[in-house]
Amino acid sequence: MDQTFLVNVFGSCDRCFKQRALRPVFKKSEQLNYCSLCAEIMAADGLHENETLASLKSEAESLKGKLEEERAKLHDVELHQVAERVEALGQFVMKTRRTLKGHGNKVLCMDWCKDKRRLVSSSQDGKVIVWDSFTTNKEHAVTMPCTWVMACAYAPSGCAIACGGLDNKCSVYPLTFDKNENMAAKKKSVAMHTNYLSACSFTNSDMQILTASGDGTCALWDVESGQLLQSFHGHGADVLCLDLAPSETGNTFVSGGCDKKAMVWDMRSGQCVQAFETHESDINSVRYYPSGDAFASGSDDATCRLYDLRADREVAIYSKESIIFGASSVDFSLSGRLLFAGYNDYTINVWDVLKGSRVSILFGHENRVSTLRVSPDGTAFCSGSWDHTLRVWA
Amino acid sequence: MSGSFSVAAMKKVVQQLRLEAELNRVKSSQAAADLKQFCLQNAQHDPPLTGVSSSTNPFRPQKVCSFL
Repeated sequence: MDQTFLVNVFGSCDRCFKQRALRPVFKKSEQLNYCSLCAEIMAADGLHENETLASLKSEAESLKGKLEEERAKLHDVELHQVAERVEALGQFVMKTRRTLKGHGNKVLCMDWCKDKRRLVSSSQDGKVIVWDSFTTNKEHAVTMPCTWVMACAYAPSGCAIACGGLDNKCSVYPLTFDKNENMAAKKKSVAMHTNYLSACSFTNSDMQILTASGDGTCALWDVESGQLLQSFHGHGADVLCLDLAPSETGNTFVSGGCDKKAMVWDMRSGQCVQAFETHESDINSVRYYPSGDAFASGSDDATCRLYDLRADREVAIYSKESIIFGASSVDFSLSGRLLFAGYNDYTINVWDVLKGSRVSILFGHENRVSTLRVSPDGTAFCSGSWDHTLRVWA
Repeated sequence: MSGSFSVAAMKKVVQQLRLEAELNRVKSSQAAADLKQFCLQNAQHDPPLTGVSSSTNPFRPQKVCSFL
C-alpha cells in the first residue's frame, strides 16, 4: 500500500515546537503532530520504551524468584517441630460470661478501652455503643449518618472513640458524661477516603489515627487538624484490616486486603518494608504477636496463618479440613500462646500457636462472628456477631 | 504517552522488590525458638493458661459466702 505522507499541515511540532512540515502520528487514540525528525525519534523511543517495559518485567520476575530462594535457604525447621517438646495445654474452659444486647443489626466491629472494662461496638444499623462490660450497661450511644459502621476504636485515654464505614470517613467523638450534651454535636471528621472505611486505630496517643479503606490505601491522620500525615499505597485492592506494632517495637503497622496480601509498613516513610502473599483469598484480619516479631492473619480461605517478620516468611498455618468458612477476626492471648479466631460458621476456634493444633471450639453465636478482641489484661475476650450481640468470654 | 504509565508502575514494583531482597533474614529455627521462648516466659501472666479463679477474674461469677 502506498505509504506517502501527505504533508498538508505546516506548524509547530508537538515535540520540538519548531515551525516545520508536520505529519500526524497516532498514539492510542491521540493524534500528535511531529516534524519528520521528531517523528523518527519518537518511533525509536517507542521501541526503547517497549524494551524497557519488557526488561523491567523480567527483572521483577527474577527478583521474585531470588526472594523465594533467599527465604527458602534459611528455612531449616517448622515451628511445630521446635514446639514438640513444649508441654501440651491443659483442659480449656471458656464460656460466655456476658451477652451485650442492644444493637439492631449486625455487629461489625469492637474495641476495648484500656481500662479493661469498657468497650465500643459498631453496627450495620449505624449505631455506635459504648458498654460497661462488667454490668452490660450502655454508657453512650451515637447514631452515625451512614449504615454499615465497619470500624470503631477506643482512644488510649478512654476519652474518645473513632468510627466510620460507608461514609468513607473516620470521625472522632469525645465521650462526655454530661447528660445534657449531645455526643453527635462534638463530632470531628478526621479522615477522608474515596471508598468505605474498613478499619481504624489510634496510635499511642489520642492525637493520631491510622485508617484502612476500600480505596486500597491506608493513611495516618492528625486528629486535631484532620491533616493527612502519611499515606500508604501498595495494596492492589480494598484494604480490610490493620494492626499497629506493639509500641516497644517501633513505628510499623501491618495491613491485609482483598489482594490476598499482608503488608508491613514504615509509618514515617510510607514505605512497605515486607509483604506476604500466601493466603488464597481476602485477608479479613491481622494482629501482631505480642512480642512484635510476628503477626497472625485470618482469611476467607478458611485458614489463619502466622508470619514471622525476622524470618520473613509464613511459619504456621492454622486450618482443618472440617473448617471451610472464612476466618473474620483473630487475636492473641497475652503470651501469644493462644490464637482466638472468629469464623463465618458462627464458631470461635482457639489455636495453640506453637503446636499448630486446635485447643478448643466455642459455640454460642447465632450468626457469623465478625469481630474479636482480647481484653487489655488478657482475662477475657469479646466477640461481636451478625446475630446483633456481643459476647464476653472468660 | 501510552507506554510510560506501565513503565513507571513497573519501576515501582522493581524498586520495591529490590528493597525486599535486601532484607536481613534470620533462620527459621532462630525465629521459632524466639517465639517459643516468648510464649513460655509469659505463660504465667496469661490468664486463660494459668486458670484464673473467680476472685481475680471480674467476669467469672463470684462464689457466694454462706454463714455457718
